[in-house]
Amino acid sequence: MSGPSSMRTPLARVRNLGASHSGTGDFWRQRLTAVSMVLLIVPVITVVIMLIGRNQAGAAQILGSLPIAVILLLFIIASTWHMKIGMQVVIEDYVHNEKLKLASVMANNFFCFAVALTSIYAILKLSSGV
Amino acid sequence: MVEFALPKNSKISGGKTWPKPSGATETREFRVYRWNPDDGKNPSVDTYYVDTHDCGPMVLDGLIWIKNNIDPTLTFRRSCREGVCGSCAMNIDGQNTLACTKSMHDVAAGGAVKINPLPHQPVVKDLVPDLTNFYAQYASIEPWLKTSTPTPQKEWRQSHEDREKLDGLYECILCACCSTSCPSYWWNSERFLGPAALLQATRWVTDSRDEATGERLDNLEDPFRLYRCHTIMNCAKACPKGLNPSEAIAELKLKLVERQI
Repeated sequence: MSGPSSMRTPLARVRNLGASHSGTGDFWRQRLTAVSMVLLIVPVITVVIMLIGRNQAGAAQILGSLPIAVILLLFIIASTWHMKIGMQVVIEDYVHNEKLKLASVMANNFFCFAVALTSIYAILKLSSGV
Repeated sequence: MVEFALPKNSKISGGKTWPKPSGATETREFRVYRWNPDDGKNPSVDTYYVDTHDCGPMVLDGLIWIKNNIDPTLTFRRSCREGVCGSCAMNIDGQNTLACTKSMHDVAAGGAVKINPLPHQPVVKDLVPDLTNFYAQYASIEPWLKTSTPTPQKEWRQSHEDREKLDGLYECILCACCSTSCPSYWWNSERFLGPAALLQATRWVTDSRDEATGERLDNLEDPFRLYRCHTIMNCAKACPKGLNPSEAIAELKLKLVERQI
């Protein structure tokens, strides 16, 4: 508590900029994606085992099935969303420099979206047999 | 960034070993954190030997015995000596608790009783932490009944069932054992309200007589004020009154989800 803010009263420091009235959305989505991954993990592992040792044509054949493609797509959406929120929580916990924090949160968003979109594109490409 | 090591001027170095009391047949070793703001030195850990036949059974009895018989400069807070006021909260044998309700016999049999101030708070002197921020956080949750309805001629009425909902919440004595044991509070105490203030917030959000429930929830809904709680549960382990702030915070989160979905 040094610098220009040190002459503020303790209550002013605690109230600071006020509550952001957010956070519940992320809290709920973290649980939602966790539960959906619990439900999806066995089918996903089964599909991955089925894919072991197959060439691209074989993989495309399996992913051509609509339920299998949907299971994988749902898992990618749930897991990358969960990963994004989880990493943001870690950044907010430990990174206190405002600029570094904003940059880290931004990089986290970019990374998670990139992973999600790349995975979705790959699944769609294989399942559509293009 | 989060600090994993103590700042240079907080590193513990050396310490004095005081002679054993003459004529004592049985003694207990106390290792107590010492820091004096006036001498410019780093903190140290002094070793004292308490005559257990001349002193009560609790850790606080030992500290008072040391202050009366060996070293009057040893500084700590104490008042009720029966777990009601919360003044003598300190870290004993690695656990935040009240010195007055912690028996020396419960501290690792035969070993030294190691005493430090509550963790991660500025130290005023020896075992006295500066709890200014902690009290301001308590004030920020506005811990009083808020109503818009004109005050009734007698009292605000509450059913027995609604009164029972406050059990496990109202007993908090604000000793700060929970908040100062919470890693989330260590890293973000300037923004995270901490388990004690949030348990009290739950107490007022739960109170059936209060008419500002939504407003209270509005003021808590924040990624830092509330959602820094990751259910680590050090708070429940530390609470000398056997309360569970972690559960109270979960109730707050549930209410916030409830009003949104």
